[in-house]
Formats: sequence, structure tokens, C-alpha cells
Amino acid sequence: MNNPTAAPPRPYDPEAAFENTIARDQRIEPRDWMPDAYRATLVRQIAQHAHSEIIGMQPEGEWITRAPSLRRKAILFAKVQDEAGHGLYLYSAAETLGADRTKMTERLIDGGQKYSSIFNYPTRTFADVGVIGWFVDGAAICNQVPLCRTSYGPYGRAMVRVCKEESFHQRQGYELLLTMMRGTDEQRAMVQDAVDRWWWPSLMMFGPPDDDSPNSARSMAWRIKRHSNDQLRQRFVDMTVPQAEKLGVTLPDPDLRWNEERGHHDFSAPDWDELKRVVSGDGPCNAERIARRRAAHEEGAWVRRAATAHAAKRTARLREGAAA
Amino acid sequence: MTDEHVYVDGDSARWAFGTGFTDPLHGVDQAVPDGVDAEDLAACCLALGDDALVSAQRLAEWCTRAPELEEELALANIGLDLLGQARLLYARAGRADGTGRGEDAYAYFRDPEDFRNVRLAELPGGDFAFTVVRLLVLSVWRLAVCETLAAAPDPVLAAIAAKSVKELAYHRRYAAEWTVRLGDGTAESASRVRAALDALAPWLDELLTDRAAARLGVDPVAVAARTRLELSHVLADAGLNRPDDVSRLDAPVPSLPGSGRDGEHTPHLAPLLAELQSVARAHPDASW
Repeated sequence: MNNPTAAPPRPYDPEAAFENTIARDQRIEPRDWMPDAYRATLVRQIAQHAHSEIIGMQPEGEWITRAPSLRRKAILFAKVQDEAGHGLYLYSAAETLGADRTKMTERLIDGGQKYSSIFNYPTRTFADVGVIGWFVDGAAICNQVPLCRTSYGPYGRAMVRVCKEESFHQRQGYELLLTMMRGTDEQRAMVQDAVDRWWWPSLMMFGPPDDDSPNSARSMAWRIKRHSNDQLRQRFVDMTVPQAEKLGVTLPDPDLRWNEERGHHDFSAPDWDELKRVVSGDGPCNAERIARRRAAHEEGAWVRRAATAHAAKRTARLREGAAA
Repeated sequence: MTDEHVYVDGDSARWAFGTGFTDPLHGVDQAVPDGVDAEDLAACCLALGDDALVSAQRLAEWCTRAPELEEELALANIGLDLLGQARLLYARAGRADGTGRGEDAYAYFRDPEDFRNVRLAELPGGDFAFTVVRLLVLSVWRLAVCETLAAAPDPVLAAIAAKSVKELAYHRRYAAEWTVRLGDGTAESASRVRAALDALAPWLDELLTDRAAARLGVDPVAVAARTRLELSHVLADAGLNRPDDVSRLDAPVPSLPGSGRDGEHTPHLAPLLAELQSVARAHPDASW
């Protein structure tokens, strides 16, 4: 019905629509208009997340061929496979923003894009497999559960599935440690040693402290991030302390104690200079991790070329068949 | 989702799937039925179990090294299937041979000369072409064996074989598709497939004359004929059907002496097992 007295419709304002969607806590979808900086921030974050899954296969993957029971071998093999799957979902989410998987892989290999600093530490014993499950997957869960509600739809939906699997991995890691703690003295010492080595790098997984985290405020405003680095780190510590007590290990921080007033544990800051060194490429295994990824990519090039050539030949043959 | 404290309360033994079930055949009637020779059954389970474990170990070596992420997932998937088959077959072997040994006793505490896998399975990993062509040969052969064993007189082995058939049909499809892609793809990929066929040819005779399941109703001649026929179809689809290509799989070289089924192995098995067994043997009293 026409109403000649109504105001003419306002011209569509994509920026206002974007802001409105964010303000109403709804999802931005791939075909929606979005600011260039929002797109670039997401590509950077999702690519970094995908790379972390793929590089993160290496420290634990080294133990699949050596796992000390067939049951542990199956669990670890499946877990590392899950990480490859997470990498695929995440690269796909980044592709909805116009990024290209091959180019992202090349940026990873040439150092243009980062991955989580935690995967630059070595795995020295089989206890490391359990501690990585407990700490690293636990920290990943703290980081990623809020991301299930992140403002970009494909990223949030990928996180729902990833979180379910990470939660499973964390329980498997913890269950390995419980079993080892019920084993020999040597095994208990292996677990404590792994806890000592992985505790501080795990705290660093949440990124630099809030007053030194340049990108955080804007990501929070866009509701890509929903909690600050320090909030998430606190949540991880509060979650982990009772688990450590139950397990019978000591977390290597003499100042770690419950603060009744805050309702949280107080704990020491990790060595932020070490984080900077590892992020900038100077960690114990950075070169080795990238070299492995580069070798797989380069040595696999002939396989990918063959698949592409076969697909083209096949299409041409089908066309010829149809034309005949 | 609040995961806080979920681990602290409740029964710690139930926190992870599968905890406490050390016997993968838990709940199954494991008595060897009348009319089944327990020794034949044990030998068959051990041979097929060792083929599966050694193959799974070779596939695990690809982890983080695959040419594409999809292949990373697929090779792990196949490796996990074969590892699962090995675990079930060892459990059955432990009952049938009367020792009551568990899966880890077979995998971790036997020496190379006690392994009964075919030598084809233990050859070093090679390139992606070698991996998919070997996978093709082994999965075509194993599928033919398991389809027959699905009707074996031992119901436990029959059930393991029936489960394996579904998995092996996928392995065969994956390997066949890649053999075709590589054979048809580029000059380089086709020459790598030919090199893989040449490298595998000397080890085929051992597989195609294998009698590990013969006393359980599997006719080795029929299995060999079917294996050759299926391989020739895949090679034709891959454009590798020139006479000299086909002859690559017709055992053009005299079969090599010895047999993995008798514990005679190439020098490649010992280092594979040394790695597989290293942690378990370094901590013999440990529990994992």
C-alpha cells in the first residue's frame, strides 16, 4: 500500500548495518559488507589459528610411532589427525574472507604469518603428550570457548566443533597423566618434569599482558574477542590448580596461591621477554617446525601438480565425450 | 560451556573414553569353537595383525609430511583403521594360542624374527607414489582375504573380518584414485608410479602365494587372481596399461627367497620395531 506522506526510504548504509549487527550481538556473514580492517584482522587471526593447529601437530606427532601402548598410539594418532581437521576448518573459514589456503601456507613458511608460540618448545618424553593435552588443550579451550560466540559466523561455527574435540583431547591428556602417576616413581618424575617445562609457556599462550596487547581493544569492540588476555589467563590458572592437586603434581610457581579477596588465584608473571624472543623466531624449535612444514609443502608439490593435471585432462575428456 | 572443576569431581577412571577396557574384545564370547584348529586361527590372526600393525606404523611416518592436508587426514584415517584391526586380531591371537597375551605383548615385546608380516609391508616409506601403490596392492589383497574370512568358522575372526571389509573398501578406493591421478597426471608423477611398481614387484609373489588364511577357507589362488585382475583394472584407468607396465606387476623378477610369514625379514623391519617399541621397552614396569 502506498503512503504518499511517508518519508522516502533512507539509502542503505552498509557501515551502519555492520555496526548494528555487532551491537545486536548477531553474526557477520561472508557476503555482508564489513570494514577492510575487520576483514584483515580476522584473516590474520584465523590464519594464525589454522597455522597453530598444523604446526601443533609436530610436537606430539613425533610420538605416534613411539607411543608405549597400542591404545595410546590410537588415541594420539586420532588426536593429531583432529588437529589437521581443525586446520582445514579454519583455512576454510579464512577462505570465506577471500584468503587462499596455498598463499596462507606460503606466508607461514616465509614467516609472514605467525602461529602459537607454544609449539616452538620440544617434547622430551611421553609425559609431554599428556601435559600438552592437559595444559595446551586446556588453554586452547579457555581461548576458544568464547570464540564460539565471535562476531564472524564461519569462525564461530568452526570453533563449536573444534572446542568439542579439544575438550576430549584435554581429558585424554589428563587421563594419561593420572595413569602415569599411578605407575612407577620414574613415571611420576617424568610427569613432574613435563609440568615444570610446560607451565610457563602455557601461560604465555594467552598472549602479552593487557597493557601490552596492541590489537586487543579493537578486536573487543568488534566482538571478535570477548575477554582480555589476562582474564583468560586467570581463568586457565583457576581451572588448572585443583586439577594439579588431584593429580599430585606441583605447579612450578612458589607465589601461586588462592586469594580469598579476589576469588581467584594469584600467580607470577611468565618471562615476557622469552615470549617476545619465541614469537620473533628465536625459540628452541622455531626453525625445525618451519623447516618440516616447508619440506612437506615443497616435497608434495609434484603430487598437487599431478592432481591438477589429472583433473584438467579428465574434464577435457568428459567434454570431448559430450561433444562426440 | 563451563569445564571448570568437571575433572575434580566424579570418578577419575571414567574421564576418558575407553579407560579401563584393556581387552578390545571385552564382552565377546571368545571360546574357540569346536572344529576350528586353534593353532591355525592364531597363526592367521598373527599374520594379518602384523601386516596391519607394520602398515599402520609406515602410514604414521607420514604424519606432518603429507603433500596436502586432505592427504594428512586420509593417511591417518587408514593408519588408524589398520591399527584397530591389528588390536582386534592380537586379542584373538592371544586367546587362540592359549598364552592369554594382550595386544601390547604382541606389539612391543616380540623381536623381529617373531613377526609374521609380509615383507612388502615393512619396506621403507618411499615417496607418495610408493605409498599409494603399496596401499593399493595390500588393500586389494587384504579385502579379498577378509571378504572370505567374514564367513570363517570362527565367529570372532569373522566379525573382525566383516568390520575390516568396510574399512578396506575405502582404503582400496583411496589408493586406486590416487594411483589413477598420479598415473594420468604429469610425466613426473607417471614415472614415479612406474618406479613404485618396479620397487614393489619383487615382493608381490610372497603376498600372492600367501597361505596364512588358507586353512580357514581362503583360497590363495582365487585371492591372487582377483588381486591381479583388480590391479590391472586400476593400472588401465591410470593409463599404465602398456605391456611393460602390466608386466611390472606380473612378478617379472624371480621371487625372493624366504618369507616374512616364517619370520625372515628385510633389514628394514628391525629399525621400524626398534622405534615402535623404544618407550615401552625402556620402561617395562610402567603403566600407560
